[in-house]
Amino acid sequence: MSKQSRRGFLKTIGFGGAALLTCKAGIAGASEHGQVNNEALGMLYDATMCVGCKACMTACKRVNGDFGNLSYEKAPFDKDGIWDAPQDLSGSTRTLIKLYKESDAKWSYVKYSCMHCQKPSCVSVCPVSAMSKDKITGIIDYNKDTCIGCRYCQVGCSFNIPKFQWEKTVPQIVKCDLCKSTNLKQKGITACAETCPVGAITFGKRKDLLEIAHTRLKENPGRYIQSVYGEHELGGTNHLYLAAVPYNKLGLPVLPTAAPAEFSERIQHTIYKGFIAPVALYSTLCFIAIKNQKKQDEISDQKKTADENSGKGEEHK
Amino acid sequence: MAGHHEQFIKQEGKIFTKSFFVLLTLTLIGFFFIGVRYVKGIGAVSNMSDGYPWGIWIAYDVATGTAIACGGYAVAILIYIRNHWKYHPLIRSALLTSLFGYGLAGFSVMIDLGRYWNSYGFFMPSRWQINSAMFEVALCVMTYTLVLAIEFLPAVLWSMENSKGNTLRKVTTWLHPRLVPDEAKMASGLEWVKSSAAWLRPRLEKFLVFFIVLGITLPTMHQSSLGSLLLIAATKLNPLWHTGFLPLLFLINCVYIGYGIVILESIISSYGFGRSFEVKELSGLSKIIPWLTLIWLTVRIGDLAWRGQLAAAVKFDFYSNFFLLEFLLIACGSFILFSETMRRSPRWLFISAAMMVLGGALYRFNVYLIGFNPGQGWHYFPSFAELMITAGIVSLELLGYQVLVKVIPVLPNPNHHANGH
Repeated sequence: MSKQSRRGFLKTIGFGGAALLTCKAGIAGASEHGQVNNEALGMLYDATMCVGCKACMTACKRVNGDFGNLSYEKAPFDKDGIWDAPQDLSGSTRTLIKLYKESDAKWSYVKYSCMHCQKPSCVSVCPVSAMSKDKITGIIDYNKDTCIGCRYCQVGCSFNIPKFQWEKTVPQIVKCDLCKSTNLKQKGITACAETCPVGAITFGKRKDLLEIAHTRLKENPGRYIQSVYGEHELGGTNHLYLAAVPYNKLGLPVLPTAAPAEFSERIQHTIYKGFIAPVALYSTLCFIAIKNQKKQDEISDQKKTADENSGKGEEHK
Repeated sequence: MAGHHEQFIKQEGKIFTKSFFVLLTLTLIGFFFIGVRYVKGIGAVSNMSDGYPWGIWIAYDVATGTAIACGGYAVAILIYIRNHWKYHPLIRSALLTSLFGYGLAGFSVMIDLGRYWNSYGFFMPSRWQINSAMFEVALCVMTYTLVLAIEFLPAVLWSMENSKGNTLRKVTTWLHPRLVPDEAKMASGLEWVKSSAAWLRPRLEKFLVFFIVLGITLPTMHQSSLGSLLLIAATKLNPLWHTGFLPLLFLINCVYIGYGIVILESIISSYGFGRSFEVKELSGLSKIIPWLTLIWLTVRIGDLAWRGQLAAAVKFDFYSNFFLLEFLLIACGSFILFSETMRRSPRWLFISAAMMVLGGALYRFNVYLIGFNPGQGWHYFPSFAELMITAGIVSLELLGYQVLVKVIPVLPNPNHHANGH
């Protein structure tokens, strides 16, 4: 348990980790798609409802500012730094609203933040277990106390979510953790979902979110692209999207349904299963090398005696 | 390496040459920027971004640098496993290059790591994450660097046994007369060092073969894992390079780069130090290379065909051009060596080895940087400071090599014939 969580422990009990409790109860429930954990916590962002007010961004930074070493990003003309103006997700910004505009009639907002994958690449590649996935809540969390800053999580993430604090002497990785240590713990909901004035962000369990999403698709078929982004992408994500514009135009890449981490781990595990292959290789090579060396020593010994017999003058040629 | 000390000699000549000072200047410039990096953060010196979190420090210093440092690995396989003892005279210079290459790759990693003070986590089993290819690479590279140092130790011990301590005496006198203890005390100290070196060396040499074999096993593991590192980037690495065969391709790739570097190093040091070319050893060595690259190219093409990417490979767009350049450099460079006459000409040997090393290195760059596309809007080209840090580290490597071959018997002894004479 980290210092922060210890400090907030009483609070947690008081305000109730309601979400956590419900999750614990739900872990026994059977999952629908094989290994997919639909009891995990997530968010559904409905781009057709979003009005682009960015209240979620402000709430995120207000709540998580200290937790994650976030700073406000100044616009070039704003010398006093009174207006936070992030251009993209960064080492100071965990969530961001962007606008996609095709014409005056056709446009859409889109919100970025960690997708909380079912089979996360960042967790799979981190060499020192600094990225972890909570078994119950499905939250992908980052621990700066073990992180070595190798940025392999950034290489691995298909959504380019983990951000590094390039400008800092003591940098860290920054990404959304569903307010795990802040708002979720205190109020049982993420800051962005709590703040959204139009209900574009729904917080809840994945199975409930999927149900809501599919109901909306059925009730308003003309309004949406007929799929839920994140339902199957890379083996499923806990952050889901609905939109009226094709997802790839909103910066959400077209992705296969297989998780890259399954592929890489399968290869790595085949090679290193039980550490048998390396040990076998070492012992075989040892056997060959020792045999060869013995042979070589015999040859040079014979040569020495032959040289000695044929006269000592030869040796110092 | 084990025994046969008569096969190696020290290079005669002054240490403080013109090239020494040129390299020293480059090294100091590099270290200035390394200082800036530690004070002001990585962003202050590098053009890396959240889209391209790995720049040339990883793509060159680690991924390519360790392949170039695979000479020791490749030659050790040849001698100890394939039983070709006539190549033993090449081993020490190959080992020294490997030691520098791996040591400085580790050093580069410490510059590149954002939270380097946490790297002790690699020694804490509670933090181990065995799914990560990087975990494997990190532990393996650390162990291998240590193994390389042990493999090279007999040469150092031998020089300690046979040194007269003149330089040491000169240095201490120059430092400060008061620092110099009385002659007798120093002589006895020197005697003690010599005798302990003489005690340690034969004992070490007895067990050295186990370290040598470890020095063959470890690169087999981590060089393939360097390829596995990019397996995760299924959605970012161009399909011309992303394949399940990455580990195998990286493994074979490092072996022929290793042989190529041994040839280059031998020819350059013969030329630079005015020694005669080791044509006989090199032409024998170069006989193996085209067969290795033939296997590599077959896997490469077969894999592309199997995944239906052959058309993309000859589209002559940005990615296809880099693929073709890499392919032609390796193919043309190595197939020259199928010819007996070419193998006997130092010039052609040099050209062929240079093409192969360039092509092999380009393959690694393609996988780590050029074929890597994190999505729209991201671009990467190394900054001046970033380049100078890499240049500084490479200069330090060359500098160290240049000095050490004059202090320790590393280069092959032209007057000694190991076998068959």
